[in-house]
Amino acid sequence: MRRCTSRLLFCLGLSLAGQTLAADGGQAYCAWEMQNLAIEGALCGLVGDAERGRKLAADSHGGNCLACHQMPIDEEPFHGTVGPPLHGVGARYSAAQIRLRIVDEQQINPMTIMPGFYRDPRNTNRIAGEFWGKTFLSAQQVEDLVAYLESLK
Amino acid sequence: MRLLAVVVLLASALAVCAEPMSGYAFLDASTRAMQDDEFENPGMVAVDRGAALFHEHREAEEYSCSSCHGQDGEGLDTAEIARYPVYDANLGGLVTLQRRVNYCWEIHMDRFPLTPGSSELIALETFVRNRAHGEQVNVQTDGDMAALLARGETLYNTRFGQLDIACQHCHVQHQGQMLRGQKLSQGQSNGFPEYRLGRGRITSFQQRLAECFVSFRAEPFEAGSEEADLLELFVSSRGNGLPIETPAVRF
Ligand code: HEC
Ligand code: HEC
Repeated sequence: MRRCTSRLLFCLGLSLAGQTLAADGGQAYCAWEMQNLAIEGALCGLVGDAERGRKLAADSHGGNCLACHQMPIDEEPFHGTVGPPLHGVGARYSAAQIRLRIVDEQQINPMTIMPGFYRDPRNTNRIAGEFWGKTFLSAQQVEDLVAYLESLK
Repeated sequence: MRLLAVVVLLASALAVCAEPMSGYAFLDASTRAMQDDEFENPGMVAVDRGAALFHEHREAEEYSCSSCHGQDGEGLDTAEIARYPVYDANLGGLVTLQRRVNYCWEIHMDRFPLTPGSSELIALETFVRNRAHGEQVNVQTDGDMAALLARGETLYNTRFGQLDIACQHCHVQHQGQMLRGQKLSQGQSNGFPEYRLGRGRITSFQQRLAECFVSFRAEPFEAGSEEADLLELFVSSRGNGLPIETPAVRF
């Protein structure tokens, strides 16, 4: 009897967990398609905001891009040197190319340290419990970052 | 031409990897000075606490650690301490220094075993490892150890967590670079247990490991688990030849 109950609870837990399989903010994960090392369409069809993207890039609880990249965000004292500087990145890449690099850099360089900020959350190994089923950034946050980086000409 | 560049790059990367460097080499001058001064080094508090536990002779007990190993641990073989983690078939294989200390505590002194990662066990480990200060890390890499090392290395190169990155990404590929305000070191273990200025406490290797796991949003391996022990083994062997700095001071 006890075993049945716990199994029932287990199944319930799984189906509940299935429902939370969504990006931050409770929005369901939007599938994306890669073509020519780029993602043409905006994630979930959302429109990005460059000003929000700039804040997010510096926020150590947000994208924290500054952890690895130098960027034209001079009011922040510490910029990482793990990745290349992102000054002028909007002149080097289209929005679609930038989008793929933020969503899943491993598609371009399988060895990279750069986290995939919008990978399918089911493809993780030993993710900490509180992050289960979640992407690192929401689709809106990714689009905000794309808009910001695209503005860096 | 391009191929040549790649070969040269690879060769120089390998040269960097082949040369173990202590976390000490990546510190600023004031933190180094703090570590080097026995009276300034805040980790010495843990050494003293470990010494007290080492001497502690409880009523109705036959032994303390010092009954077998000398008042100040002078009976301990410092070259042997530098070999940890060791392979000991009698104890079922891989034995970290913490496990060895806990074994003596339980079997020879007949006490209730300490929890892996408990502050008493870390204090004792700090005291014992500090006896071997300056001794060169000398972990066995052949024989029974070879297969265990290979497993440790696989874990070291496995991507974990929401960030989906591996130890090697930060401590091999990008060592020496800045991660926001922090300089990435090789992530060596020769200073452990070490005092952490940012945390305000003594920290064991496996606790530090757990912090790295949390930073890339992965579920840490529990202290004393097989995986944590294998990672401790692999990281320690990477540092063969480095001087033991216990208690090191780090951010
Ligand atoms: C842990 C390190 C790390 C973090 C965090 C990180 N990146 Fe990167 N990034 C890299 C590295 C390293 C590269 C170099 C290419 C590679 O490794 O594949 C890179 C490359 C890039 C590129 C391509 C640049 C070029 O000139 O080719 C873009 C665009 C980029 N990152 C954007 C971002 C944004 C936006 C964020 C934050 C949301 C971010 N990165 C966070 C490490 C990181
Ligand atoms: C996102 C980057 C990152 C990853 C991945 C990472 N670490 Fe670290 N680690 C750090 C930082 C930052 C520090 C503190 C500065 C330093 O010593 O490198 C550190 C410190 C350490 C130290 C202490 C070094 C010393 O001298 O005190 C050890 C040991 C260590 N890491 C082991 C590991 C192991 C084992 C893994 C894989 C499970 C790992 N790290 C994964 C970022 C990382």
